[in-house]
Amino acid sequence: MTPTNNTAAVLDAPKISFDNVPIIAHGHTFDTVTTKISQVVLKRGTPNWWFGAFLVGGAGLTGLLFALTVLVFKGVGIWGNNQPVGWAWDITNFVWWIGIGHAGTLISAILLLLKQDWRTSISRFSEAMTIFAVACAGIFPVFHTGRPWVAYWLFPLPNTMGVWPQFRSPLVWDVFAVSTYATMSIVFWYVGLIPDLGTMRDQAKSLFVKKIYGALSMGWRGSTRHWSRYETACLLLAGLCTPLVVSVHTVVSFDFAVGIIPGWHTTFFPPYFVAGAVYSGFAMVLTLAIPARKLFGLEDFITTRHLDNMAKVMLATGLIVGYAYSCEPFFGLIYSGNRYEHFLMYNRMFGPYAPFYWTLVLCNVITPNFLWIRKLRSNVVALFIIAIVVNIGMWLERFVIIGISLTRDFLPSSWGGFKPTIFDIMTFTGTLGLFLTLMLLFLRGLPSIPMFELKAMLHADGLGIESEVGTFEEEVVG
Amino acid sequence: MISENQTYTGATSGLEVSMSDLMLTLPVIQEPKLSTEVIRKKLDTSGKEYWRSLDELADSTEFDTFVRKEYPSQTSVLVDPVSRRSFLKLMGASVGLAGLAACTVQPKEEIIPYIKAPEEMIPGKALYFATAMPRSGGAVGLLVRSNEGRPTKIEGNTDHPASLGATDVYAQAAILGLYDPDRSQAVYHLGEIRSWSDFLTTIMGRASGFASNKGAGLRFLSESINSPSLGAMMQGILADMPQAKWHQYEPARSNNTFNSTKDATGAALSTRYQFDKADRVLALDSDFMSDFASGTRYARDWAHRRKVSTDSTEMSRLYVAETTITMTGANADNRIAIRPSQFEAFVGAVAAGLGVAGGSTQGLTQTQSDFAQAVAKDLRAMPGRSIVIAGEWQSAHVQGLVHQMNAALGNVGQTVFYAASVDTNPTDHLASITDLALDMAKGEVDTLVILGGVNPVYSAPVDLDFAEAMKKVPFIVHHGMYLDETAALSHWHLPESHFLESWGDVRAHDGTVSIVQPLIAPLYQGKTMHEVLTTFTKKSTAEAHDIIKGYWTNDAKGGEVERMWRESLHNGTLANSGVAVSTATPMTAATSASTGAAEGYDIVFRPDPTIYDGQFANSGWLQELPKPISKLTWDNAAYMSAKTAKSLGLEMCLNAKGGDYETDVVYIEVDGRHVEAPVWIAPGHPDDTVTLHLGYGRKKAGRVGNDLGFNAGRIRSSKAMWFASGAKIRKTGKTYSLAGTQIHFTMEGRNVVRESSFEEYKKNPNFVNEEPSPNKDMSLFPKYEYNGYAWGMTIDLNSCIGCNACMIACVAENNIPVVGKEQVLKSREMHWIRVDRYYTGAAEDPDTYFQPVPCMQCEDAPCELVCPVDATSHSAEGLNDMVYNRCVGTRYCGNNCPYKVRRFNFLLFQDWTTPQYKLMRNPEVTVRSRGVMEKCTYCVQRIQNAKIDSEKENRLVRDGEIVTACEAACPTDSIVFGNINDPLSRVAKLKSDTRNYSLLDDLNTRPRTTYLGAVRNPNPEIKRVKATRESLLEESA
Repeated sequence: MTPTNNTAAVLDAPKISFDNVPIIAHGHTFDTVTTKISQVVLKRGTPNWWFGAFLVGGAGLTGLLFALTVLVFKGVGIWGNNQPVGWAWDITNFVWWIGIGHAGTLISAILLLLKQDWRTSISRFSEAMTIFAVACAGIFPVFHTGRPWVAYWLFPLPNTMGVWPQFRSPLVWDVFAVSTYATMSIVFWYVGLIPDLGTMRDQAKSLFVKKIYGALSMGWRGSTRHWSRYETACLLLAGLCTPLVVSVHTVVSFDFAVGIIPGWHTTFFPPYFVAGAVYSGFAMVLTLAIPARKLFGLEDFITTRHLDNMAKVMLATGLIVGYAYSCEPFFGLIYSGNRYEHFLMYNRMFGPYAPFYWTLVLCNVITPNFLWIRKLRSNVVALFIIAIVVNIGMWLERFVIIGISLTRDFLPSSWGGFKPTIFDIMTFTGTLGLFLTLMLLFLRGLPSIPMFELKAMLHADGLGIESEVGTFEEEVVG
Repeated sequence: MISENQTYTGATSGLEVSMSDLMLTLPVIQEPKLSTEVIRKKLDTSGKEYWRSLDELADSTEFDTFVRKEYPSQTSVLVDPVSRRSFLKLMGASVGLAGLAACTVQPKEEIIPYIKAPEEMIPGKALYFATAMPRSGGAVGLLVRSNEGRPTKIEGNTDHPASLGATDVYAQAAILGLYDPDRSQAVYHLGEIRSWSDFLTTIMGRASGFASNKGAGLRFLSESINSPSLGAMMQGILADMPQAKWHQYEPARSNNTFNSTKDATGAALSTRYQFDKADRVLALDSDFMSDFASGTRYARDWAHRRKVSTDSTEMSRLYVAETTITMTGANADNRIAIRPSQFEAFVGAVAAGLGVAGGSTQGLTQTQSDFAQAVAKDLRAMPGRSIVIAGEWQSAHVQGLVHQMNAALGNVGQTVFYAASVDTNPTDHLASITDLALDMAKGEVDTLVILGGVNPVYSAPVDLDFAEAMKKVPFIVHHGMYLDETAALSHWHLPESHFLESWGDVRAHDGTVSIVQPLIAPLYQGKTMHEVLTTFTKKSTAEAHDIIKGYWTNDAKGGEVERMWRESLHNGTLANSGVAVSTATPMTAATSASTGAAEGYDIVFRPDPTIYDGQFANSGWLQELPKPISKLTWDNAAYMSAKTAKSLGLEMCLNAKGGDYETDVVYIEVDGRHVEAPVWIAPGHPDDTVTLHLGYGRKKAGRVGNDLGFNAGRIRSSKAMWFASGAKIRKTGKTYSLAGTQIHFTMEGRNVVRESSFEEYKKNPNFVNEEPSPNKDMSLFPKYEYNGYAWGMTIDLNSCIGCNACMIACVAENNIPVVGKEQVLKSREMHWIRVDRYYTGAAEDPDTYFQPVPCMQCEDAPCELVCPVDATSHSAEGLNDMVYNRCVGTRYCGNNCPYKVRRFNFLLFQDWTTPQYKLMRNPEVTVRSRGVMEKCTYCVQRIQNAKIDSEKENRLVRDGEIVTACEAACPTDSIVFGNINDPLSRVAKLKSDTRNYSLLDDLNTRPRTTYLGAVRNPNPEIKRVKATRESLLEESA
């Protein structure tokens, strides 16, 4: 009954144009979809590679906990931040992780509204990625403060101390933007999981597991009324999430655009940051999806069609980012006539940190152009490498904007530099570890591809030809 | 001075507190075994009368036994009727201190406040006492703020000639010196703690021997002494014991001026200058602005002569020819760098131009002789209105020529004066220490008494091998504030009291006498030099107070005594005590010039600009204070020009950490002795010359000062105390990290320091505002209105000499922590005001500008806008207030500050545990903890104090009533603070000056702190080195 042979046949078939590559490989029935996806979770025995990866993630996470413990006891001085460079890796990492999260929201909200069917297979996966990325991102604004235990003062919590946010500060806007984003992402993701949690409950053999999924599915029975409510809720949430795709990184970019430091004080930051966020987000989805589909044997559901589409999004946003990069020297060096802006660009290109700038240009402007080539878009190895390069490039971009702009601002007497310490590195790799750990737990514990949506597509496309079972609803539930 | 026993009437508790406190401060040899039961019983019976009957109690046998067992060191004190009083007083002091130290932890017993308050003391209200900081060759008169009996801040005494209200960095840092926990706290004999009475017993035993042999083999070694009473005491001892000898030595004191000013009778004269009357000054290797004894006064006089306004028709001019880089050189209108071996020829050329013969002019380059000619011509045009001054390290030949030049210019009696030295026994220090070392080596010295912290093991010329010679002396007593290198090799060590806890007297550079009065009872067991010397006199013991008072009121009668004494203490100076100007002319026959340059490199030795000769090595404030020119902290270095460094293949690179220079280490060899030193490339340094600063490389300075830098003294011999030639230098291949607070020295074409020449200024008085300022109404937010005060500040860049006094005054006033070298390397120093230094022009011949930068207190402050929790907010008087306990530490404000004046506590920089530092801090300023931002507040605590005073009197704060710490310390009055809403205030008037400008005004932050542009007056006849592509000042990295 397993469709593996069929899949292999599909993959071995002569190459066809991506537009004809189906979103789901041929030969799948409702049953195979359910089995294939739910068995990733329900099958007893965890694969060895999972434990290996978990060890890596756990090691990083342990490092993070250690670094943060030391930080709380000693102070942010354990990082390399200093007097002109008040923000360095901390806020770089924050912006980077927040940016990565954007792909999930874009895929699940905007593409949903635009009725892009292909998003289905990767939507849950990337939504989870969003949540985990936001979780990683959230660590930095809290722990970069000198006194993390009072960081909650940024929230408008009525208190007797007379502490109240100062609403002109973009950091306060950030608090609202990011916390709304995190809340919405979690709610949207969880609501989307409910029908599949019902499926998991029904598929599970062990009573204990059944009970867990039963509780999580919140009494989902798959009645028409449930489905009707569910569809409405999803649509509403998608509508609510859509502006967040734009707003979150716009607000994050205000942290810099509102500042007066050359290199920060730039009006085009909002679109530039949003494009960059989507760019890095898709790069991260690819980075994760390519190994995951292989390891869990989900190539039938995340097909080359998906990879191709994501590569195209990356190419488009990469070009926008490249355009922004070309604007900066234009305004800085030619148009503005501002001596500080002029120096900033000069310093980025030829100053002590010039290698960072040129590496970022290489990563973010040159690399995506390889995606014009169709062959590369279908080559998982090449795509994986390009995605990694873009991830690195986007991290460098944030560091160049945030850290390097601060090293040399207005008064030459106050110029400085920045060098990361072991704790900077541990904190960053630690969040990578946290992300990996959460991702692994997610892959092992929850259906990483929305089964019911795939099945709906089978139904709609008439692909479930070999299915002998009854109604759509029955199938979904059962 | 601190309360009597009235402090506590709860008798039992009072005594217990004092006892436990004494146990902290006094050495305890035996384990305290005796319980206080006996005492308690006694006290219970004496009950409420305790405070009145402490003396009575002390007389009782029980108490006597208790003290003997508990404090054996004090036994002899108790026996002696006079000392007993001091013991009880000390106990009283401890009671007082215990009360103060108990700010947070209250004793659990019931305590009752003063029944009878000490006179004038209102808790929470500071008192000011006049005293003076003794210096070699002078003194700085001070007013010391006392908060509840603790000295917390030093200000200058406006009535004192060396201060006139200002102070230098050493005076400001004296507060930290007083509370230094590393100070020696006990009498030591061969490394073991002993009592003062043990020492007395020992020395009395030896004294009987001296009485019979007239002091043969007895030697005293001190710094030069300008305390009249101490001098008299010493002379008395020498008269009693004519065989004894008194040696004097200071590593940073040159004998050249001494030798050159001996008149016909052989007495030494000292030279005094009136810079406020001089329109032309030629400083020949003289750093008169940082002179240890009189620099503050000289800098002030010089700067006052230079104040310019649009009405000025002329301006003074400063020429500096020097062999290294100094603060004075940085302020020159025309400066020339000359290597030491050519310097005499240059002086000879100037002298020849002024008609003074006797100098040689051999080997001068065209540039140098043109410079000399132009200077001579300019000086001749101003007869009687110029000063030629030579650095004391210059040879007696140069000094002689300078005396003659001043005479030829008619300056003597106009701007240059000679007077008898203020030292009680002027001595050639080098000859004196050499004699001593030779006698010691010969075994002729039986007893050596080293007084007042002289540290010859560290500082004596290396060829004397003082440490080795000390081994031949059977009995050495060392008296000093630290258990230093010399103390370690002495048999006895006696702790010296700090001047803020001592009675004394001292003459300023012009002879004015100040009484040094203590602000606090000795924190440890310190003894003054008077008290130590008393043991060698026939009087058995005496209090320093009585000695001083007796000395100065000897001639007064009856009621006069008290009146005169009180008046002197109050004023800080003794009326009419100056040393009269002498009519004698100094020796005119200049000694012959030394021979010309030897092969190899020249070495220049100088006292360090912040830790001097090493006596301040253990001061964290001074170590972290950037050197005025290089902005280097925590280290000394081998300063050399870029050309010299290049020829030696040496590099100084900037690391990414922020303040971290990675620099090559060189091996410097002079006469077979060598030292290794990190290189510092200094623009304007003469070629083929290396400057080494003294005072570093200490092994036993204390926890702060140990093992910092290298000891330049290791190649400093008695033949070459200030200049050595023929040095060999090579690269070692090692590198070293140096911590600097400023790593970029050019202005990058930005209008940061706006300067002009006097000629240009006359044509265009508005030179600072050539670029249009943006529209002031562009802010999105409504403007603030200031109906009351609006505080503002101006800083005159024309007067600022870059001495850093403001920085350290700010540190002392605002409880600013020391962060240490590791943190300075990471660019995390905490100074609220910094002095930026910029170069313009060619690297060989740069113009140097200083710019103090405190918080600008902007009207449209970028920091206020971005703080998410309103921790920095605008006050009704226009200050950017920092609310520390509201700050969560996002550092956004610091990032967004274009002036980068905000400072963040990245770690717990403040020392919260050392008890001495708790006493030291200004109680009116919050001690910041980790994780919060801080910055200059315009000394808001002083503003509030003045406002409270004015409101009580129902008036407005008067102009000049509020003096910020930086303004108070500034020797040149370049910082002025006041209310800009008052059009008659000084600051409002200065802000309407044509030279007034805002830093980075194109950002439209509208700073309250503004600058007055610098005006220099270079001689147009002197050609400057053109800045070429190669010589353009690039980043030092």
